[in-house]
Amino acid sequence: MRTLGYIFAGLLLGITMFKSEAASWFRIFEMFQFKAFHMYGIIGTAVVLGVIIVQLIKRRHIKSVSGKNIEFQPKNMSIPRYLIGGIIFGLGWGLAGACPGPMFTLVGAGFPSLIIVILFAVIGTFIYGLIKDKLPH
Amino acid sequence: MDYLLQPWPWYVSGAAIALVMTILLLLDKNFGVSGNLRTICSICGAGKKASFFQFDWKSQKWNLWVLVGAIIGGYLAANFMSDNQIPDINPVVIEQLQQDYGFASAGSSYLPAEIFDWENARSLKPFLILAFGGFLVGFGARYAGGCTSGHAISGLSDLQLPSLIAVIGFFLGGLIMVHLLFPLIF
Repeated sequence: MRTLGYIFAGLLLGITMFKSEAASWFRIFEMFQFKAFHMYGIIGTAVVLGVIIVQLIKRRHIKSVSGKNIEFQPKNMSIPRYLIGGIIFGLGWGLAGACPGPMFTLVGAGFPSLIIVILFAVIGTFIYGLIKDKLPH
Repeated sequence: MDYLLQPWPWYVSGAAIALVMTILLLLDKNFGVSGNLRTICSICGAGKKASFFQFDWKSQKWNLWVLVGAIIGGYLAANFMSDNQIPDINPVVIEQLQQDYGFASAGSSYLPAEIFDWENARSLKPFLILAFGGFLVGFGARYAGGCTSGHAISGLSDLQLPSLIAVIGFFLGGLIMVHLLFPLIF
């Protein structure tokens, strides 16, 4: 049953990424050119609603379907880790025009070239794991 | 129904993303796609090379199901929920892409055919763009501890300062790529 829930969440994500055009290289380029509100509207709406939902969950102590408290793990503070890592991610986001969710969505949408992007994203993750201890965190 | 077949407006799309996050929270999970890349490394045996990949990947199987859903979602959206959807991007951007960067497909395709069409993706320059872009996304997402879903959506929704720093990084990187490096690459 739970597996169906995960698949449904992914299904909704995939359909949304494609239909919203957040999976389009052109929309990402346009966003970084500040030439349209579209992408900012998508992210902004998701974050504003997300903040409200998280606050509701915390204040009303809303439980998950299994009856447990919904936990939010605070992230460890670090500037170099998030800033340098973030910039590297952003360089790739601007170049390939896709973040991880849309990469997979686009394969389903019929663009096999994204398999190259995914393969190298896995390699990038692997290289990070290899040299992690030598990087500022 | 007609409405669903049209490109979705930003407010519907943003609400749908918040709904995805909520569904996963209610299932005791956190929305974050790039964690799957680490899981895939572990499944492929990367734990033999680096301790970073030695973890119980079976506990992350749920996230792989989200990916399966995202792939099926892309298939359904492209084949049954749209009639050759073409992003209605700013005409100034179309002109810029066509004239400055030689993207003739701007304004008439979902992705730039010059890079993403399978025939082109196998020639050297488009291949390098796809490969290098993917590498930076994979490396950067793990370094930053998350991608657009984990930080820009889940993290910002929980008002996490580290996520805000990561998102600022995402945008700095994207701006550097598009404004400083694109003129050198294309």
